[in-house]
Amino acid sequence: MSMYSASRTVAFPQSAEEGAALEGHSLSLPASIRAGGVGVFASVMWVGFGLSCLLWPDLGDWSRTHELAVAAFIIAGGVLAATASGKLLGRFGRGLQQRAPWLLVLGLFLSLWEVATAKFAWLPLPFFPPPQAIIEVYTDDLPKLLESVFASVKLQLGGYAIGAAVGFLTGVSIGWSRSVGYWVHPVLRFIGPLPATAWLPFAFFTFPSSWSASTFLIALATGFPVTVLTWSGVASVSNAYYDVARTLGARPSFLVLKVAIPAALPHVFVGLFMGLGSSFAVLVVAEMIGVKAGLGWYLQWAQGWAAYSNMYAALLVMSLLCSSAITLLFRTRDRLLVWQKGVVKW
Amino acid sequence: MVAHAFAEPIIYPAVGASLDVEHISHAFDIDGSVLPVLDDVNFGVKPGEFIALLGPSGCGKSTLLRLVAGLEAPRSGVLREDGDPVTGPFPSRVVVFQDPTLFPWRTVWNNVALGLEAQGILKSQRQRVDAAIDLVGLSQFRNAYPHQLSGGMAQRVALARALVNDPKILILDEPLGKLDSLTRITMQAEIVALWQRKGFTTLLVTHDVEEALFLANRVIVFSDRPARIKADIAVDRPYPRHRGDPELAELRRNILGLLGLDATW
Repeated sequence: MSMYSASRTVAFPQSAEEGAALEGHSLSLPASIRAGGVGVFASVMWVGFGLSCLLWPDLGDWSRTHELAVAAFIIAGGVLAATASGKLLGRFGRGLQQRAPWLLVLGLFLSLWEVATAKFAWLPLPFFPPPQAIIEVYTDDLPKLLESVFASVKLQLGGYAIGAAVGFLTGVSIGWSRSVGYWVHPVLRFIGPLPATAWLPFAFFTFPSSWSASTFLIALATGFPVTVLTWSGVASVSNAYYDVARTLGARPSFLVLKVAIPAALPHVFVGLFMGLGSSFAVLVVAEMIGVKAGLGWYLQWAQGWAAYSNMYAALLVMSLLCSSAITLLFRTRDRLLVWQKGVVKW
Repeated sequence: MVAHAFAEPIIYPAVGASLDVEHISHAFDIDGSVLPVLDDVNFGVKPGEFIALLGPSGCGKSTLLRLVAGLEAPRSGVLREDGDPVTGPFPSRVVVFQDPTLFPWRTVWNNVALGLEAQGILKSQRQRVDAAIDLVGLSQFRNAYPHQLSGGMAQRVALARALVNDPKILILDEPLGKLDSLTRITMQAEIVALWQRKGFTTLLVTHDVEEALFLANRVIVFSDRPARIKADIAVDRPYPRHRGDPELAELRRNILGLLGLDATW
């Protein structure tokens, strides 16, 4: 058919392009519908998820199936309403539109999960509990879960703050002073690379409480990368900066506080990021082994009682917490390092 | 912004300091061997004079500037500012380096404020920072970060950061060496205008004979390393100077001859 089109020179590919453009055009005719198209599909998918809860009987004894279906319908309605009134909602509406594909995939995933576990048990129970079982944990075991979250956050914050502060000060001292470097550097090389978890047995019988022992371990895990990166940051500051500051009348304290430290900050944040990662690992291990509270302990306890839905629920919470901590760190960095070009957005 | 100063007669307000370079010798230890860089350098600078130091690359001119700035102490000899020996860096002698070396984490304003902040007088003297930024014509960029500036703008900020301290001796270590030729010509005129207006003593290290002759009262020509003074040439021409001035061309030929490059001219 394209052979007879007006443009004969490169008729075939051109007509194909035209066809694609036309198709795109016809799709974009009612612009609002096209923009909200994915939102509508997402809404439909969530309705599907709700129906998947109700259509077949549960294979097990779960009390929240009905509520879950209702929640799915409410979310579907919400997505649909927000899509329809996208312009009115401003930033929220645009954000929703951007995330609509994800909402769609999430709805699909939940439907499959529901069908594969609660309805037909394609995945073996009890190792793979259905969504409603996890919801049940959040509604029925909330106090214990919150208590664990609180304990973990407290332990983590204390240990991380101590480790970061000590690591930062040590790093600046080694980077700045040759004599401090002479004494501290060998100790750092000897102790630092040892995984903090290797200290577990030692820490738990040396420290007066399991809480102080874990704080020490978390601080250790945080402190090593922060020290090394701060040190390398301070050591790599160009001498030209010091020369400039000195000719302008800067005293040594100014050189440390206003030249060395700001110049080293990008390195320091890499250290803080690495320290955060390794301190999470230590936190969970310490809670599993020694501390009688926290999410690590909750995981261990849930596994011991074969309460797999509690385990998944705790994992989910833990991942949210760790991710938020990293987000917070990156936000702080972006705020402090606006002067840098092209920093990675988390 | 500074062009109007061109028409003014040469005046030397008593802001500049005198500088005496008395029998300065200096050397570096490199892998156990001693590398002499300055050999009995001896000259005096009157308050408000503009001295250009010319010499082959790597001959030790920049080292001499570091000694004058007080960043290093000479192996022998004495440097005197207004008769007092130089013992260390002091904000009356400020250096502008070849690289602007602005602090990337500070805005233009905060970079210029560096000296006053380091001396602990910024709180009462904030208007001096604004004035210095205006002087180099960058008031629109006071909140910009260094990575947002062009090379010429960055070097202007470096100049403002030096001038805000009201130096008695301004030390310029090839400050225009890395700029494109158009920006360089503009900034040469600006430096002359600032110098005439402020009256500080200026020491300029440069490789560019024409630049030295366009700017300086005196051109001191150094030998190869270790640097010795080969010639001390007065450039007795009124400002503003013109690059086509036949007398400057004659001086240029002489100087290139001293540097062994007259065959190319």
